[in-house]
Amino acid sequence: MTLLPTAGARRRRPAADDGDRGALSAPDWRRPAVRWGMGGTHVLLLVLLVVVGLGPMLLLAKFAVTPTQDILRTPMAVFPNGIAWENLERAWNDVQISRYFLNTVWLALGSWAVQLVVATTGGYALSVLRPRYGRVVQALVLSTMFVPAVVLLVPLYLTILDPPLLGRSLVDSFWAVWLPAGASAFNVLLVQRFFDSLPREVFEAARVDGAGPYRLFWSVVLPMSKPILGVVSVFAVIASWKDFLWPLLVLKDPAIQPLSVRLPAIEASTDLGVFLAALAIATVLPVAMFLAFQRLFLRGAGLGGAVKG
Amino acid sequence: MAATTTAPPRPAPVRPAGARRPPRSPAAWLRGGGLHNLVFLLPLLVVFGVFSWFPIVRAVLMSVQETNLVTDPTFVGLDNFRHVLADPLLWTAVRNTLYFAFLALLFGYPVPLVAAVLMREVRRARGLYSALAYLPVVVPPVVAVLLWKFFYKGGPTGVFNTILGWVGLGPFPWLQDASWAMPSLVLAATWAGAGGTVIIYLAALTSVPPELYDASEVDGAGLWRKVWHVTLPQLRGVLFITLILQVIGTAQVFLEPYLFTGGGPNNATVTVLLLIYRYAFQNSLGGDYGAATALSLMLAAVLAVFSVLYFRLTRSWSTS
Repeated sequence: MTLLPTAGARRRRPAADDGDRGALSAPDWRRPAVRWGMGGTHVLLLVLLVVVGLGPMLLLAKFAVTPTQDILRTPMAVFPNGIAWENLERAWNDVQISRYFLNTVWLALGSWAVQLVVATTGGYALSVLRPRYGRVVQALVLSTMFVPAVVLLVPLYLTILDPPLLGRSLVDSFWAVWLPAGASAFNVLLVQRFFDSLPREVFEAARVDGAGPYRLFWSVVLPMSKPILGVVSVFAVIASWKDFLWPLLVLKDPAIQPLSVRLPAIEASTDLGVFLAALAIATVLPVAMFLAFQRLFLRGAGLGGAVKG
Repeated sequence: MAATTTAPPRPAPVRPAGARRPPRSPAAWLRGGGLHNLVFLLPLLVVFGVFSWFPIVRAVLMSVQETNLVTDPTFVGLDNFRHVLADPLLWTAVRNTLYFAFLALLFGYPVPLVAAVLMREVRRARGLYSALAYLPVVVPPVVAVLLWKFFYKGGPTGVFNTILGWVGLGPFPWLQDASWAMPSLVLAATWAGAGGTVIIYLAALTSVPPELYDASEVDGAGLWRKVWHVTLPQLRGVLFITLILQVIGTAQVFLEPYLFTGGGPNNATVTVLLLIYRYAFQNSLGGDYGAATALSLMLAAVLAVFSVLYFRLTRSWSTS
């Protein structure tokens, strides 16, 4: 867990040979056999990665603007009968991808907000305030990590149908997706561990200066925690964008369904070229986010293996 | 805010391990900031209580009850479990899930490792390599499945069949044939997931101490021996973790069978989670919730073993 605060320090280290070397040493690299052998392997690997990683994306982009008849007859020919830009326009307007796109954005934003509120306030209470019963709460939060999501599926669905104290079903309400997203032990743990690593002297100084728990939370702890909030935010938005089964169950009204639920539903009734254009539109934002926050994504993915628990 | 400024400065919450404070009166609790603690914990307690702890308890109850949406649930003992275990489709689903997990390991376990070890040696534009490897992971899974479903179209005009036709192969019945369907699903799932594993390995590879390589070179080890005797042993922990993660993930596979084939052809791709979904939600009049929760608890019991292993491993890691 000490990985997080030091990640920046590691990045600053020069990528030179000493200290940041793989199995091959500098003298190894001076040998022609290694130079050419490894160099050739790397070129081959790059070609493979382009074909496998980028290839399907490029194909999708091509199909999104290819007339349906060409896709059906000669899928791999490069625009034999011109480009059909209208696929994109029809997907956005006629198939109402714009509306589902907006639903997806709303779902992601709400889930993000709920997750951030629960994780930061809870993490603050457990790490900084530390009430006596904190250990019990923490153990209960941690224990949910041992319960696979599949166990929650049916009882959670029935809870959404008839939530306690509310008196009305949450089905067909965004809250049905937003609120359960907040119950993420992973987030709470990640944030709490980060708060644990913050220097206590700063908190003490703030307290001596007369800051109460709310002031301390808002003006001291949160501003110091931007890195971890970034990681949690990216995880939250991506997870929400990917979610399929849960919104499928609790959002029955097509008008409020996200892309992930609508795309399979419209598959059969939509012109193939338009449908593929819709798929392309649904892919653009996550890919753009990845390209913009690449470092955050890759660091988060690397941590995924080591930090949990 | 006013309440906090009049309160005396709270003692530092850090206290010696094992120290127990005497019980306090409600007034002392309030003065000591007990209310503020509760205010901060409230979102967590409400959200976890209603959407995690309560449903988990309810799952256990429902597994021994007959639940429908009209009348009150009735206790039925282990009937739900008996009913599920007597379903011939269960064993098909278990077999298919194991087959999926096996193929996923076969396709998806060695490839990211080899790729990561090679990428570690890249000296220029390593970021480009990892970005390309990770790109499929950021594609929304539903889009990935629907796209691959289109690529997999049978007949000579399918995308994959056209490409393979250039070298004289095919056309193959990717999703239409019972023996082809599962490997096709796994191939798509591997494409969508392998990048994440590559990044995990790359992160682990950067923490291999360079001294070990230096030392093995002094002993005259070549590239292969360095990989075999230094790199792989150093990755042992993370290799085991990704293995467990993959098992936990593949045991709950749903999206691919649901969207690619709906469990067909001829039930060849019905998985355990798809069966749970069918029990609970396929019948629009209200499903067999008891059977669904019973089966999900049985699956969870199997997975709990792996979760505990995973937890112990990662914990011993982060403390070391």
